[in-house]
Amino acid sequence: MSARLEPWQRAEIPGPKKALVISKPGVVSAIVRRAKRVLLIVGSKAMEVKTEDGDLIDSAIRLGRTGKVQVAVTGHLIGEFIRRGFKGAYTIPLFNLGDRLRDPEWEGLDGKGPYDLVLLLGFPYYYEWLLLSGLKHFAPHLRTISLGRFYQPHASWSFPNTLPEEWRGYLSKIIEDLEVSG
Amino acid sequence: MVSRKNLRWKIDEVKTSLGTFKGLEISVGRLYVEDWEEPMGPTPFPSITDLRDWDRKLLSRYRPFYMPFCDLCCLCTFGKCDLTGNKRGACGIDMATQQSRIVLLAACIGVSAHAGHARHLLEHLKEYYGEDTPLDVAMNTDLEAPNTRLVCGVRPRTIGDLEDVLDYVETQIVHLVSSCHTGQEGDNIDFESKVFHAGMLDHVAMEVADIVQIASLDLPKGDPEAPMTQIGFGTIDKSKPVIMVIGHNVLPSVDIIDYLMERNLFGEVEVGGLCCTAIDMTRYNNKMAKIIGPISWQMRFIRSGIPDLIVVDEQCIRVDVVQQAQKIGAPVIATNEKSCLGLPDRTHADPKEIVEELAEGKVPGVLILDPKKVGEVAVEAVLRIAPKRRGFKTLTREEVQEAAKRCRGCLECVRACPNTLPIQEAVKAASQGDFSKLAALYDLCVGCARCEHACPEGFPIISFMNRAAEEKIADERFNIRVGRGAVQDVEIREVGRSIVLGEIPGILALVGCANYPRGGVEVARLAEEFLKRRYIVVATGCAAMSIAMVKNEEGETLYERYPGIFDAGGLLNIGSCVSNSHISGAAIKIASIFAKRPLRANYEEIADYIYNRVGAVGVAWGAMSQKAASIAAGFWRLGVPVIVGPHGSKYRRMLLGRKEREEDWYVYDARTGRRVYVGPVPEHLFYAAETLEEAMVMVAKLCMRPNDTSKGRAIKLTHYIDLHKRYYGTLPEDLPLYVRRESDIPFTMRSEILKVLKAAGWEEGKIETPDPTLLERLIRRRA
Repeated sequence: MSARLEPWQRAEIPGPKKALVISKPGVVSAIVRRAKRVLLIVGSKAMEVKTEDGDLIDSAIRLGRTGKVQVAVTGHLIGEFIRRGFKGAYTIPLFNLGDRLRDPEWEGLDGKGPYDLVLLLGFPYYYEWLLLSGLKHFAPHLRTISLGRFYQPHASWSFPNTLPEEWRGYLSKIIEDLEVSG
Repeated sequence: MVSRKNLRWKIDEVKTSLGTFKGLEISVGRLYVEDWEEPMGPTPFPSITDLRDWDRKLLSRYRPFYMPFCDLCCLCTFGKCDLTGNKRGACGIDMATQQSRIVLLAACIGVSAHAGHARHLLEHLKEYYGEDTPLDVAMNTDLEAPNTRLVCGVRPRTIGDLEDVLDYVETQIVHLVSSCHTGQEGDNIDFESKVFHAGMLDHVAMEVADIVQIASLDLPKGDPEAPMTQIGFGTIDKSKPVIMVIGHNVLPSVDIIDYLMERNLFGEVEVGGLCCTAIDMTRYNNKMAKIIGPISWQMRFIRSGIPDLIVVDEQCIRVDVVQQAQKIGAPVIATNEKSCLGLPDRTHADPKEIVEELAEGKVPGVLILDPKKVGEVAVEAVLRIAPKRRGFKTLTREEVQEAAKRCRGCLECVRACPNTLPIQEAVKAASQGDFSKLAALYDLCVGCARCEHACPEGFPIISFMNRAAEEKIADERFNIRVGRGAVQDVEIREVGRSIVLGEIPGILALVGCANYPRGGVEVARLAEEFLKRRYIVVATGCAAMSIAMVKNEEGETLYERYPGIFDAGGLLNIGSCVSNSHISGAAIKIASIFAKRPLRANYEEIADYIYNRVGAVGVAWGAMSQKAASIAAGFWRLGVPVIVGPHGSKYRRMLLGRKEREEDWYVYDARTGRRVYVGPVPEHLFYAAETLEEAMVMVAKLCMRPNDTSKGRAIKLTHYIDLHKRYYGTLPEDLPLYVRRESDIPFTMRSEILKVLKAAGWEEGKIETPDPTLLERLIRRRA
């Protein structure tokens, strides 16, 4: 069991403070429900990752439509969200977003106030790892959840390295929970 | 400048009006004969704090965003100290400061590599050609060393004059490294300023290295029509003895070529190079030398079994090259004191003895610190080794398939791969006889071989890929224009105005290493996109090679389709890593030659000019090394933004602007002294892009400058909007920050953009078009 708590890329060893492991999807939906302002950040690999909805973009759109999370899209993927009929997403490069998220005074992408919870999906592993490191050290006011299927040690919470089928089920369960409670 | 060090006069007896002196000895540390009429500027040979104010101006706009690689500091015996969450360690350092310290250490390693390289070239070439060798560096050019003149305030005339310049660089590096000691610098912004200092020094060191070799070895002198040469695995004639050279310091390769010429062995031996040594030896002799590929080709070329002998010099060589070479039975000659590789020093041995040792396999390799001897030994040895290696066989497809059947499916290869390539899937397919997936990986692999070390079965995965991609490898033949060296003064006079007014939309510098996220083809795509848009595209090093390794349907590379001139739509292979100094040099020349700003030791003003007027952007898509870090830092201090590929985020610190913070984007109008809002141009100084498409849009955006005329801004906006629409599918939401007045709006997009501006509450004239400067002292008249 302990082997599953290793970072996915072997050398990405962090330090003393490591992500708590998400034991079941209900933990995520509970944290999201309790948060005041949630930002879901979707990365450039989203189209390459299959989910029960199709791919990660489809799943992110479903999450966005629950009304519980605001969606930010990095890389150049915003066009794909629009093409799939979701116009509520913002586009911003990942580290520009990180730079703002560390600022407790930042009023968010819609100017309605700071976020207190960030969810991440669909990034190259090391890219997300670095962003989460920046936030862990310099954004103490923020909690972070990595929703990908690999353990991200710098997040506040992360799935362990998980088999694809199992992870797809977890993600669907989280979305369903939020849709129901929405 | 003429400088003589440590002059001593000894006089037995001299009679003067003061009396008679016996045994008089006079010693002068350094004597200058000055012949540069321009008055000395404010910062000759600047110390590590002389440009601190300028750095702080930039760093107040572009605040560092740190993404630590490690939560701990382990540099002293107080530690390890846990700095998580910006806690302080035993010495009092916090995480931000620790990160900036690590960035500085990386930059110091980078500048040291170039300074060491420059010193080696200078000392060696002085010995061979004489210290009075004139610095004839580029045709139609008086400004032979813009970085040196700007930073040091001296005008070098001969290669010997550069000694003082290097002395200065070396001394400054000592101060910078010293500031990293426990209990020294304690502020992250001060560390960042020192990073900029390291970068500035790096461009001086690179300039020294390149102009010394251009002047002494008669490399192309700013020639837009430098000849074509060959690049690619498939260009090497395997039927001949093959010498493979790797690294950055061209001296041993030069002597190999010279020896071949002297012995009339032209065409008898293949000399193929990797990385910047390859670029530089084709600058020396484009007929005899060939480029195999960028640095990521190193392991795959060794594994091909083609090289009969490997010669390494310095920087970016695989440090396990001896072990790798032993696998194919090829000896290694190490040639540089910085990279001895554990080999026996045979510098002073008889060349015949060394050849015997190598040819008979008595040693895995030798260290020879005399380039001339390397030339002789390498050639004589390879002529004896090659016939013995004729029977050398690499893995067959059947052997790969048989081995692949042992794959345990543990995924350790994938977990070790920097790009998480589907290696295991490809190996599994190979075990079924399907090699297409392994062949596909060949284009994406960066050649690090971490997968091999992770594999519990010890599979030589690079060799597997080589075999699977053998047809592709055989066809790997491309044409590349030889590195031309500096941009001529005359070229700057021709285009300076169009660049500064924004009518040439930008200068794109494609530089750096080959740690690409999705193969080198992306660099070629970047180049082509902006060449079609009539930007000036300049390239160096591995990036210059990657641009060449893509052909169109007619079989032509971009170098065959675009001219090598410094003008709109020109594609310039400037040269090797050290030639990056000519790119910064071109920006400096625009300020000095076109705008006639005082150059001499006038760093701050020239950088202020470049920052506010010259729409140049560097892209290091595969940046990997510490040298790439220091090169970038030199551009930052000059006010030139740099974009890196996603792996560049591992430099662990970005310098990012906040475009919505209006207060950050004010400048002085030098005409009136008023502080005016100019919008977020350029928005960032150091930026990692997640995808190529994102980088393309950002290149166009970062070329905007406060000085753009309406015509120039409209041209730049056309490209920004067009690329944004193409890749993001939308208009940029931040257009109101870049349109200053209606005349800035691209004509063909006018109604569409006006609608957006109106909806955003845009006001014409809020963003001004001053004579922009960040320097109060440049204000000509107070309002």
